Amino acid sequence: MSGAPRWMPDPRAIPTLGALAVFVLMAAAGGMAFKGFFSQQVFLNLLIDNAFLLVVAVGMTFVILSGGIDLSVGAVVALASMVVAFLVQQLGWSLSAAFAAALCVGIAFGVVQGWLIARFNLQPFVVTLAGMFLARGSCYLISIDSIAISDEAFSEWAQMRVALGGENAPSVSIAALVAVAVLIVAMWVARATSFGRTIYAMGGSPASAVLMGLPVFAATVGVYTLSGLLSALGGVLLTFYMLSGYGLHAVGLELDAIAAVVIGGTLLSGGAGYVIGTLFGVLILGLIQTAISFEGSLSSWWTRITVGVLLLVSCLLQRLLQNTRR
Amino acid sequence: MRRHHPLFWPLATLVALLAVNAVFNPGFLHLQWRDGHLYGALIDILNRAAPLAIVALGMTLVIATRGIDISVGAILAIAAATAAWMVGGDLVIQDGVQTHVSRFPLPVAIIGALVIGSICGLWNGVLVAHIGMQPIVATLVLMVAGRGIAQLLTGGQIITIYFAPYFYLGNGFLLGLPFAMFVALGVWVLMHLAMTRTALGLFIQAIGINPESARTAGLPQRAITLCVYVVCGVTAAIAGLLVSSNVKSADGNNAGMLLELDAILAVTLGGTLLTGGRFSLAGSVIGALIIQTLTTTIYSIGVPPEINLVVKAVVVFLVMLLQSADFRAWLASAVRRPTVRGAE
Repeated sequence: MSGAPRWMPDPRAIPTLGALAVFVLMAAAGGMAFKGFFSQQVFLNLLIDNAFLLVVAVGMTFVILSGGIDLSVGAVVALASMVVAFLVQQLGWSLSAAFAAALCVGIAFGVVQGWLIARFNLQPFVVTLAGMFLARGSCYLISIDSIAISDEAFSEWAQMRVALGGENAPSVSIAALVAVAVLIVAMWVARATSFGRTIYAMGGSPASAVLMGLPVFAATVGVYTLSGLLSALGGVLLTFYMLSGYGLHAVGLELDAIAAVVIGGTLLSGGAGYVIGTLFGVLILGLIQTAISFEGSLSSWWTRITVGVLLLVSCLLQRLLQNTRR
Repeated sequence: MRRHHPLFWPLATLVALLAVNAVFNPGFLHLQWRDGHLYGALIDILNRAAPLAIVALGMTLVIATRGIDISVGAILAIAAATAAWMVGGDLVIQDGVQTHVSRFPLPVAIIGALVIGSICGLWNGVLVAHIGMQPIVATLVLMVAGRGIAQLLTGGQIITIYFAPYFYLGNGFLLGLPFAMFVALGVWVLMHLAMTRTALGLFIQAIGINPESARTAGLPQRAITLCVYVVCGVTAAIAGLLVSSNVKSADGNNAGMLLELDAILAVTLGGTLLTGGRFSLAGSVIGALIIQTLTTTIYSIGVPPEINLVVKAVVVFLVMLLQSADFRAWLASAVRRPTVRGAE
């Protein structure tokens, strides 16, 4: 890939490496400041508590890499949780059928949004904004109230922990394993498939991508479909975490997802970035929350302020790199 | 190419919505003079649409320069928290009557909130115009951090405002009409004059159509871009004053929630393209009225309020499609050749 000397990292990788460095530094600082912070379980909990965010943010990474944006993800997460809860709890569907239905809803949202954007040259911002209204509104059409899931098999699945190693070893939830699997597949798709390479090319320069004969139309529809699918999957994981479906679940999740992607070093204008960076972004967001809860006296709103500052630093860093490359 | 006045479709939408209301609710257009005020559903719509219209006006200028400001909701919350803190104070017993004494005089509190709003706008403007960040990213920073700042100001609580004179802003009447309406009208007229009586409107349009050539033509592109974000911040702060006065409290977490989306929607409904360039202040005001009328309609014709969002989504989809040249061409070809069905 890189033509620079081997010891120099690809300049496009610097923001992502920066995110990794921030994560390591924060973890080290937290370990020094708080007793019990530096344990495997604390770090695995980061993954468990943010599994759904990671899945959603991976989808968002592809959208942003392609030069678009998807504001509907939080609402689709809520809708998926609502669909699962409604089908299982009130219609008595089997779990797998309900999951499949939720994923189909997510795919349908993604296909329609992607098609509108690609076919009519509409702005992703507005299309997915309308999609967000539609998905949230659809939640309330199903029910205005939260639907708690009392299905036993469901809560059993939700509480199941897979131990890593022998007895008393740290353990993770199924949701975390799913999220890691999604991450690995996504990294492969972005690096090694023609779909992934088309997305990078589109994000870099849509006009050149068209001139190169790349299937830009299909890739655009594909990228929003992927985001819709992963949002719905995130919604299913969130339902495991919350054990309920609710129209007000995951309000503002799109912001967290975008923040995670950008902090992870993906350029918001598209074309450059790494899926693995999004993992660092999500872990950093989780770490801020963990640190604030360990600290105890700091109020929750410091989370938002810290995230804002990190976002700013990340964007300034990207901006600086763009300028030096020119 | 265009067969209609640019305000034709927004106005037609508004009139259609009003007509639907008038059909379902015969008393809808009825105005009544009571207690020295004018009452009626129309007045109510005007009053409730005022904060959104004001923010939409500021947003129009930002969008006209090819920008976007998604932090207006957070700025509103910060300004509301500032004003609430400044007029908040102690409960004092004066002459045997419980009176709330404001921490600062009311004008100072209002100016304080506006200054905070302009500082927020300046921050966005510097990031966009001087650092060269994409507007959506630059304002995302404040959108995320802003609510945290607002909560910091309110101490995580919802501040209840007891200082009675402050209530006039969002609840008072002037000449029998809601005061908020006059504020919105004032902002509109001021901006309209600035856009039409000075070259500013032309400059903003030029920047929106092509920032590079605007700069080569010698326009102070950076200064103007900076200014439109400051104006947008100030309009968000004005809306913050009206909203917090109307509900007599400031909520750092929820005040102005999704306002950025409504404001962008109002601007889009009013016919201003998100791609920048040609803009219409009047259109944005009409857009804000459409959104408020839609909400009122949904309540008044007895549709359950939970459908509100779905209806809004459908309207956005329709307007967005009608604005797209590709869609109109597709529609025209579909109408002309009805036999080719489902052709994509």
